[in-house]
Amino acid sequence: MSTADLFLWFFGGLIPLSAMAFWLARSKALSVESTGNRLHSRPGFYGLYAMTWMALPALAASLMFSAAHMFNLFTVPGPMLLASAFALGGGGLWFALGRIKTDFRARQAVEKVMRALLLTAATISVLTTLGIVLSVIFESIRFFKVIPIWDFITGTQWQPDTAFLIGAGRGGESVAPPLFGSLPIFAGTFMITLIAMLVAIPVGLFSAIYMSEYASHNARGRLKPMLEILAGIPTVVYGFFAAITISPLIVEAAHAFGLQADYTNALAPGLIMGVMIIPFISSLSDDVIRAVPQSLRDGSLALGTTKAETIRHVVLPAAFPGIVAACLLAVSRAIGETMIVVMAAGLRPNLTANPLEGMTTVTVKIVEALTGDQEFDSAFTLSAFALGLVLLTATLILNIISTIVVRKFRQQYE
Amino acid sequence: MNKPINYIAGAANPRQKQRERADTRFRLYGMTALALAMMFLVFFFIDIIGKAIPAFYQTEVHVTINYVEAAKTNYNKAIDHKLSHIVSRGWLRGLPQYLQAHPEMIGSSSEEWVAADSRVDQYIKQHDGHGLKSRYQKIVDEMSADGRVRQVFNSGFFTTGDSKLPEQAGIMAAAVGSVFTLLLTMLVAVPIGVMTAIYLEEFADDNTVTRAIEVNINNLAAIPSILYGLLGLAIFINFMGVPRSSALAGGLTLALMTLPIIIIATRASLRAVPETIREAAYGLGASSLQTVWHHVLPLAMPGILTGSIIGLAQAMGETAPLIIVGMMAYIPEPSSSILDATTVLPAQVYTWSTESMGGYAERTSAGILVLLTVLLSLNAVAVKLRNRSQQTW
Amino acid sequence: MSTELTNKITVRDLKLWYGDFQAINGIDLDIYSGKVTAFIGPSGCGKSTFLRTMNRMNDRIASCRVEGQILLEGQDIYAPEVDVVQLRTHVGMVFQKPNPFPKSIYENIAYAPRIHGIVHDGPEMDELVEKSLRKASIWEEVKDKLQQPGTALSGGQQQRLCIARTIAVEPDVILMDEPCSALDPIATAKIEELMDELKQEYTIVIVTHNMQQAARVSDYTAYFYLGDLVEFGETTQIFTAPRHQKTEDYITGRFG
Repeated sequence: MSTADLFLWFFGGLIPLSAMAFWLARSKALSVESTGNRLHSRPGFYGLYAMTWMALPALAASLMFSAAHMFNLFTVPGPMLLASAFALGGGGLWFALGRIKTDFRARQAVEKVMRALLLTAATISVLTTLGIVLSVIFESIRFFKVIPIWDFITGTQWQPDTAFLIGAGRGGESVAPPLFGSLPIFAGTFMITLIAMLVAIPVGLFSAIYMSEYASHNARGRLKPMLEILAGIPTVVYGFFAAITISPLIVEAAHAFGLQADYTNALAPGLIMGVMIIPFISSLSDDVIRAVPQSLRDGSLALGTTKAETIRHVVLPAAFPGIVAACLLAVSRAIGETMIVVMAAGLRPNLTANPLEGMTTVTVKIVEALTGDQEFDSAFTLSAFALGLVLLTATLILNIISTIVVRKFRQQYE
Repeated sequence: MNKPINYIAGAANPRQKQRERADTRFRLYGMTALALAMMFLVFFFIDIIGKAIPAFYQTEVHVTINYVEAAKTNYNKAIDHKLSHIVSRGWLRGLPQYLQAHPEMIGSSSEEWVAADSRVDQYIKQHDGHGLKSRYQKIVDEMSADGRVRQVFNSGFFTTGDSKLPEQAGIMAAAVGSVFTLLLTMLVAVPIGVMTAIYLEEFADDNTVTRAIEVNINNLAAIPSILYGLLGLAIFINFMGVPRSSALAGGLTLALMTLPIIIIATRASLRAVPETIREAAYGLGASSLQTVWHHVLPLAMPGILTGSIIGLAQAMGETAPLIIVGMMAYIPEPSSSILDATTVLPAQVYTWSTESMGGYAERTSAGILVLLTVLLSLNAVAVKLRNRSQQTW
Repeated sequence: MSTELTNKITVRDLKLWYGDFQAINGIDLDIYSGKVTAFIGPSGCGKSTFLRTMNRMNDRIASCRVEGQILLEGQDIYAPEVDVVQLRTHVGMVFQKPNPFPKSIYENIAYAPRIHGIVHDGPEMDELVEKSLRKASIWEEVKDKLQQPGTALSGGQQQRLCIARTIAVEPDVILMDEPCSALDPIATAKIEELMDELKQEYTIVIVTHNMQQAARVSDYTAYFYLGDLVEFGETTQIFTAPRHQKTEDYITGRFG
């Protein structure tokens, strides 16, 4: 019996059985009530109560068996798993039916179960974070056992090509050691992020200023969704556009100025990433600019300043922390962006300040390491997790700083 | 000291003029920024649509097909030797099977319109880099002059899966994969997300645990999507043994990524339900569960739907984490199970974009156009829903 | 007359805290059956908070802690075995701002009887809806538009709908938290008239900041000040011959 079949049989059986449990208990409760006894809860709650007693033991049993199988403790054959799960469910149902009496508080019992279910759902988000952090950290530790962390952070050469030989047991031979110096990768990430910010911050910020301070209500209602289209375009589309349309344009333009540009230059993905981030900055800045109290503007205008002076000297300084927070979030989004750089930035680690040359980024290297036919244990594959750890740390720090800044800003005007 | 009263615009005062000019300039900066963004949008759509339109047309050539016995084993025998590079090899490959099924056809011949090879197609569409050798170019030119070349609507693009032959590659398999994957994402992320939000907003006490969960969710929303790919690879595939490239692996990974979006949107719409409604229900003796289920949730529903649609649209356009869990496989046939290798629309776009043959480039754009149409429609529905539900209490 | 009085609710040494802040400092009070009792006092004196302890609406505030006893017909409503939901079917509540559900008028009334299983949907429910709306003197105004949303009614009608909704559960006590503060004088007059009829069947406790209203509608009045019950007695006595100087100051408008 395949896993998929098992899944199908289990839920195919559980759902009608639970419905039956609900119906049985409800009719029992109704018959108790028809004899003139008043039940504590409405009959439907007795139905739900019996249903949980039917479904939860069955679910718990099957989860336990699946976990045992996953950890290679023991394997229960499919039909036996189904039989024991449903037998437990039946036992639960029998127990629940026996408890249907006038003074039994089914509603309270059901509400407790529901509350527990809701709490379980809420912990999944925590487990996700934990999962990300732990999986990245554990694999990184394995990587750093092979490659010293200091070499990883400060090395300027990224030449992992021979790593697979070590994995294949040929490490002792006269093979050049693989180099995992990630400095050029960080530099590439930094350069592309910088270009993106040079586009996104001025355009996004001035768009926000225009929409919140100058545009009429109607114009704003039209402009905002248009800008948000930019945020709704998938990154793979931006990547294609950067690689196919923008890169050749840049090469031609550079040529016209007598410069040499690679087709996988850093400028194209940087510019397009900047465009992608415009709505991000504009909508966050728009929020903080509009949160600046009207009284501040009035106060300034009443002194005879022009609108631009009021914005520059009063509104923007007041909104400054919020704008900074928006920019930090934008940076974190840019360094984590993957598809644009994968498709347009190239694979060559290159420590240079020339944006017309090809460079690579952290995310590109993660994708490269994990999409080949490498075995999972090689240092090359594991390097993806080490880079992932750097990425995770950087984005979390940026996010936490911006959260603190925003909170300070909010407190100021509340 | 009295100053002269003067509040006429553009008065002679040079300093005043300068300030007015600065004001205009500042306003212009804003307009320029917006204009730049809009110009990009226009340029982008014109570019993509222009590149995509040729993919919706497929070149066909009018040729003589000889249903000879030998074609059962060697399909090249069915056609004039010099035309074998003009006609799509994919079409020719179907011939032996056809002859097996229709033995009565053997010995006959017919004039038919059949799909042309991708290089011919690209040559006819006058794309650079079509790769058609000059002697074949001549044949095509002659055929064209005889009216034996035409362009028809490329319905195959919507009904076939990926192919090693560009003229036969379509988005069907990827579209089916996207539907499978997103259904899974929806089934996992929406209930868990809504339940989490209900717990945090309606049931949780304001204590350290609750606040920790809140901070955690906000951080999750800011984690780059590629890290969810690493999570999916390490936990779902390596640890739990979910098959690589499967819709299950992709769907679960995207579900975790979508979760914070749905939670945040649901919480916001739950918070927008006025407290007085809850008080009214409690005052009548409704339990907390009944209050939420009968009153709060129905009122918050439009907001929850909007958030879910936006979250799912984002998941639908996501590529990076799916590449990491292997969903960029070559999938010629739509997969029938969530455990089979699957690809999705954006991943298909990505794999096509890495192909060098011209036929793939236009298909990449066409795939993008389809993807964008679906995504923008989803977002439009979400915005409509949000506008309609913006109720004042 | 006072010999016939029976206690509906008996409050003994009730104290209440919000976190570290004590909002009620030990109150003893009897709410008599079939009477209207008014709570008056300056804002922030704890009268609304106190009202909400009587059907445990304050349970919803996590930082809120209660000590002492509130007996409803001799049973402590803060005893651990008490089911708050059942309690609230005995002690209904009408709020400061009319808060009908954004559903039809019919559904507003039918909701609580349905979840408590008082009657089943159908003719029985129709009857209960009509009876409740009649008792709240709003039947004539809404009988032709029962399927229209309750939120489309005027403020005064909404409040009477809320009263009808409360009556439909057939409670013993109706708590009213400044029920007229959001209404115009004509709507207020209608509600006051209604209260006079309702006290035949129900025990009513009303919080009001309007002293004339307290004087008009109530049989008994309690004056609160800074979390203390300063004075309690028959309304005529409180307004004509208060025993405490503070009460005197408040009702004569030298204060508050």
